[in-house]
Amino acid sequence: MSETVSTASAPPPPVSSPPPTLLELGVAFALIALCGFGGVLAWSRRMLVEERRWMTPAEFNDAYALCQFLPGPNVVNLSIVFGRRIRGAVGSVVALLGLMGPPFLIVTFIGLLYAQFGEIAALQRMLMGVAAAAVGLVMGTCAKMALPLFKDPLGLAPLLALATLVSVGVLRWPLYWALGGLIPLSIAIAWVRR
Amino acid sequence: MKDDAGTLLTLAGYFAVMSLFAIGGANSAVPEMQRVAVEVERWMTARQFSEIFAIAQVTPGPNVIIVTLIGYHVAGLLGALVATLAMCGPTSLFAFYVGRVWERFKDAPWRGAIQAGLLPISIGLIAASAMVVASATAHNFVAVATTLATAVVTYTTRLNPLWIFAAAALLGLGGLI
Repeated sequence: MSETVSTASAPPPPVSSPPPTLLELGVAFALIALCGFGGVLAWSRRMLVEERRWMTPAEFNDAYALCQFLPGPNVVNLSIVFGRRIRGAVGSVVALLGLMGPPFLIVTFIGLLYAQFGEIAALQRMLMGVAAAAVGLVMGTCAKMALPLFKDPLGLAPLLALATLVSVGVLRWPLYWALGGLIPLSIAIAWVRR
Repeated sequence: MKDDAGTLLTLAGYFAVMSLFAIGGANSAVPEMQRVAVEVERWMTARQFSEIFAIAQVTPGPNVIIVTLIGYHVAGLLGALVATLAMCGPTSLFAFYVGRVWERFKDAPWRGAIQAGLLPISIGLIAASAMVVASATAHNFVAVATTLATAVVTYTTRLNPLWIFAAAALLGLGGLI
């Protein structure tokens, strides 16, 4: 529970709600999953910090920074880290099931429909429209995220991002080859210039 | 569909390994998913992959749900389950154990260097995912214009993307995209 507190002497600001029960935990993550379209960060913050008050804003930022850094889907990591904090391993499992269970059922049902009706021309045309917009959504989000990279005076960070884009997106190298070289290089550069 | 158990094992293997390289979220692994599903295993066409990507984006839930759809497409309900577990399982264990240790080194300089070093990589991967999906969607002027307009609106406003998706679906239905 105390692992996000940065200094041992300063107690964390009081979180105004008692820790959730397992049921409340599972329901909260199910709601986060069902409300979130195209990314669930905003909803997880709103639920955990603003509505339920199970975390302070600082605790949330700490936990989220960690989950972004860990490999894998960010919000899945968040459910694991937050669930563990509440009830250990059981809490992690309950939060994960809450997060993934309802979307799994929905998307499987959609998968069934797609297998049945995916050949219908009108549906394909609509999906191609949505796909074109979805690509734009990813591009716009990516541009927002990339903004801090350009504060680098030597321009190495944008160059590393570009090298990743070209090797994975254009040359279509397997992920492991590309990242096996680029991750150590990028971390080494960050270490030297820290 | 070939041998069922073999297909499920293949799905599990790909997604379990891929998840560990998904730096910055599930969308970072989209280029690799497309490479495997379209180019290596030929489970689907590039166009089908882009359709599945679109469905995953408009379905409520984390973006990682795209692996459920790929799994379903390849091997039905069991495939959906196996792909989802493989994509979430190893990284969840990692988050459970490493997360705890990691917090203790919150202020260590090497932690900062790792985080700073991974940032440009994850941004490059997400840009690559847009590029890979765009290769199947950008087939005419209206499609490209829709993509660029969505990018600009996303970058400059906080409009709920569902409105844009609805408009784009109508453009598609009208045969413009």
